[in-house]
Amino acid sequence: MEKFTKINTTVVPLPMEDIDTDQIIPARFLKATTREGFGDNLFRDWRYNQDNTPKDFILNNKIYNGKILVAGKNFGCGSSREHAAWALYDYGFRVVVSSFFADIFKGNALNNGLLPITVPSDFLNDLFLSSEQDPNSDVLVDLEVQKITILDSRKFVEFDIDPYKKMCLINGYDDIDYLISKKGKIEAFEKNQVIF
Amino acid sequence: MKKTLFDKIWEQHVVDTVDGGRNIIYIDKHFIHEVTSPQAFAGLEKRGVPLFRKEKILATADHNVPTLNQHLPIVDPLSRTQVNTLIKNCEKFGVELYGLGHQYQGIVHVIGPELGITRPGMTIVCGDSHTSTHGAFGSIAFGIGTSQVEQVMTTQCLLLQKPKRMRITIDGELQNGVLSKDIILYILSKLTASGGTGYFIEYAGSTIRSLSMEARMTICNMSIEMGARGGLIAPDEKTFNYIKGRKFAPQGEQFDKAVTFWKTLFTDEDAQFEREYNFKAEDITPMVTYGTNPGMGIKITEAIPEAIDPNNTKSYDKSLKYMNFKTGNSLIGQKINFVFIGSCTNSRIEDLRLVADFVKGKSKASNTTVWIVPGSKQVQLQAQEEGLDKVFEAAGFELREPGCSACLGMNEDKIPKGEYCISTSNRNFEGRQGQGARTILASPLMAAATAVTGKIVDVRELL
Repeated sequence: MEKFTKINTTVVPLPMEDIDTDQIIPARFLKATTREGFGDNLFRDWRYNQDNTPKDFILNNKIYNGKILVAGKNFGCGSSREHAAWALYDYGFRVVVSSFFADIFKGNALNNGLLPITVPSDFLNDLFLSSEQDPNSDVLVDLEVQKITILDSRKFVEFDIDPYKKMCLINGYDDIDYLISKKGKIEAFEKNQVIF
Repeated sequence: MKKTLFDKIWEQHVVDTVDGGRNIIYIDKHFIHEVTSPQAFAGLEKRGVPLFRKEKILATADHNVPTLNQHLPIVDPLSRTQVNTLIKNCEKFGVELYGLGHQYQGIVHVIGPELGITRPGMTIVCGDSHTSTHGAFGSIAFGIGTSQVEQVMTTQCLLLQKPKRMRITIDGELQNGVLSKDIILYILSKLTASGGTGYFIEYAGSTIRSLSMEARMTICNMSIEMGARGGLIAPDEKTFNYIKGRKFAPQGEQFDKAVTFWKTLFTDEDAQFEREYNFKAEDITPMVTYGTNPGMGIKITEAIPEAIDPNNTKSYDKSLKYMNFKTGNSLIGQKINFVFIGSCTNSRIEDLRLVADFVKGKSKASNTTVWIVPGSKQVQLQAQEEGLDKVFEAAGFELREPGCSACLGMNEDKIPKGEYCISTSNRNFEGRQGQGARTILASPLMAAATAVTGKIVDVRELL
């Protein structure tokens, strides 16, 4: 996993709620057996018509090329497909901001170096407004101090993140490295377990 | 301290606690399938680590398999490669596979319970969000991403933050024609598609107790549609009787010992939940969805409501535009050309029996195409043994071979653009059943009624 510390970029606003993982990456693109290349089909059916001509959708507007996706509440609901996190990352996103995330998606994002930031709905609106007024408006995300700032207005919020996951992101570690280091405890647990 | 059922099972599986509060949770059973496992197997090879406990993994092919001619090679080259990759990985790593053609093949959440693998008090995971289904047996079961599939493969554990606890209690007697699918669609319409986020739900009350195991599975299955990690129901005599004698269930004295332990799995009186809801069974009617998330449901007698938040109607407007429905309209009388009876929500033998009972002596409407996709090979064989296949054939319904099928439209079973499909599955997301397809979620009885009338009706009028 790549390390994440700080990012300064414009945002891509997607002010829709309940964006499910079937929209992020439709099931027909889940036939691959590798993790790479899903970015081409990110939001496929919102981006393209059935004949592959582009639709009027924000990712087809070249002004919006930032690495932070800002979306309405309950982002990533539905299927557990990690392909959704892979597609966002492969497309170039490094941060997703929403007023709250579906649990499985949030976990998947964190396991792939994609930082999900939960902000109050007021601040989410500030982000939408600032990008609407000026699509080139920059936003700074600093994981070390857990702060997201709209640079034009200097508005910011501090966000929560599990200290363990923060350490993983900053160092590029994943859970498997950690769990493997606990093998002794796991084996001891198994010895005492009775399963019916 | 008083404990909930969830607390008891969780605590029995804590291996260790990490700084910041995360628990290392031991996983008793890991189901895998062809779509979310290949990258995890590849990860194992890349790290050069072995599969830690291969006997705790069971594989099947369900998401991306055809539901016709399963004895022939898969036509679609990408699907064929994916299914073959599962076969190769299972051979290489020594994992038991119930693949195409195997007598136990089927949708992962159907085969676990029917083989007696799913049992009370267990922790169960799978790279599929509907793993919550197994909670009907009083187990902690939930869906995980592929990175977590790899974690379980390498260590049989997951690093998890303990979810909050919610209890939903339903008391009273259900009306005739109202099924457990209606109960969960009703709960969803009250709590919305995000009302359970951050929680693990226990379903309780006299109505839940009165349900069969299969009906309970339908409820737990859709817990994820509220955003909950999972849902569970305390085991009781029905649970024990369901498990008894199944292929992998404990036998003889072991079974009796198991029951003694299973009887300790209940929520203590006065145990605390962070959130509680109470509903009355009498208030529940047949349900249908009108929008593009499972929380957008109404009673069949109701009209499509206004957006919940009048200041923020963007998502609601997009949803109704996609469905080509209007606020204030009723769905009764809506012409429907496609009917799908299947998925891990409603593809078990009881679902098929209910549908067969209803359609016996009737035939499908001239405009409808009706697919019945059994949840497993065992369900398919049982249906044939009971002669349900003959009933379906006489009615013009097509009984196919097992798989996830049109629930997610990964294989050829897709609904054409713009068409409505009444579906017993679990998600009505945009394009879920095919690009531009419009899904209306409902119970197997409502689907059967639509199949024979060609339009949406209140099934109670036909009983």
